[in-house]
Amino acid sequence: MIRIRSIMLFLAGAMLGLAIGPGNAFAGEAVEGTAKADKLEQCVEPTPVMRRNHFEFIKHQRDLTVHQGIRSSKHSLAGCIDCHARKDASGKAVPVNAQGQFCAGCHEYVAASLDCFSCHSAVPGEK
Amino acid sequence: MSRTEQQGRRVFLKKTASAAAVAIAPGVMLHALPAAAAPRAEAVSGEIRWGMLIDANKCADGCNDCVTACDKENGLDLVDMPEGADEAHWERQRPRWIRQVKLKDNLSGKITNLPMMCQHCEKPPCVDVCPTGASFRRADGIVMVDRHICIGCRYCMMACPYKARSFIHAEVAEKLTHTPRGKGCVESCNLCVHRLDNGESTTACQDACKHQAIVFGDLNDPESAVSRALKKYPSVQIRADLKLNTGIRYSNV
Repeated sequence: MIRIRSIMLFLAGAMLGLAIGPGNAFAGEAVEGTAKADKLEQCVEPTPVMRRNHFEFIKHQRDLTVHQGIRSSKHSLAGCIDCHARKDASGKAVPVNAQGQFCAGCHEYVAASLDCFSCHSAVPGEK
Repeated sequence: MSRTEQQGRRVFLKKTASAAAVAIAPGVMLHALPAAAAPRAEAVSGEIRWGMLIDANKCADGCNDCVTACDKENGLDLVDMPEGADEAHWERQRPRWIRQVKLKDNLSGKITNLPMMCQHCEKPPCVDVCPTGASFRRADGIVMVDRHICIGCRYCMMACPYKARSFIHAEVAEKLTHTPRGKGCVESCNLCVHRLDNGESTTACQDACKHQAIVFGDLNDPESAVSRALKKYPSVQIRADLKLNTGIRYSNV
């Protein structure tokens, strides 16, 4: 009985952790509110659209950019990173694929393994 | 206006132009930005064909500036030597988009230096052999690799007569936003495509060349600097016998 109760408690704790959101749970060194996106109302599309379709947007955009040279589109991976990367206390950008950060936070939770950052930079570009 | 006055004006303009060029040190050379320097919004078309004329006579022995500039521009200097690797082996294997080549004529002893990179062929052998379509020629003549499709078979490296392509053997920790780079893909010179797409009109190697050995521009525009130079001076394509119609031409080779 005690064992069942402890399992129940563990599950409740785990669910509470999830409810707070992975972004907060493993934020690490990143300081909240330091990403450009933190100060904006909405992404380039309404939030539910972005949640459901962001991968479609950047997949289309990548082909247009690589093959046709179009770099002015409102959907771009570089744009995601530029806006969503947080900074640490010293003002240095934290990679978006670091544990608990904007990209990894959800992708880890839903077990989506993707490859963007094995080639692409995960911190905003120098300008 | 009298003739002497006209000449005076011309000399004045020449002097101010050269003074402006000197005032900006080579390291901090400003990129030539046209009036409307905005990211490209429309697909590239075949109206433009990017190309270069390289004057081997001006290319100085021992100078490596174009190679260094290319490494920096495209993040090639961020690719580290694998731990425990042999240094000489690394020098042969490391990614390089532009190489300094020294030719010696055994009969006369004449030494010629030239930078060698992707020649941006009109009929590129690397595109012919690519099994996935990753190696492609963009409408404006730039031969590139779409790393999303590249499977790393290196057939293109075998097919290229100019040894222009490099392979990334290991994961790269740090990369630039405009030059993604990952393990298992082939890459080569793309004529600083990120600059061209953002409205600039020069390449890093051209900007770095203090001997002005590289002229870059649109081969289809008869008024461009490169077209005028090609019209004026004799030039050759390297391995012209292959009939690839290269976009990079050399003079005094």
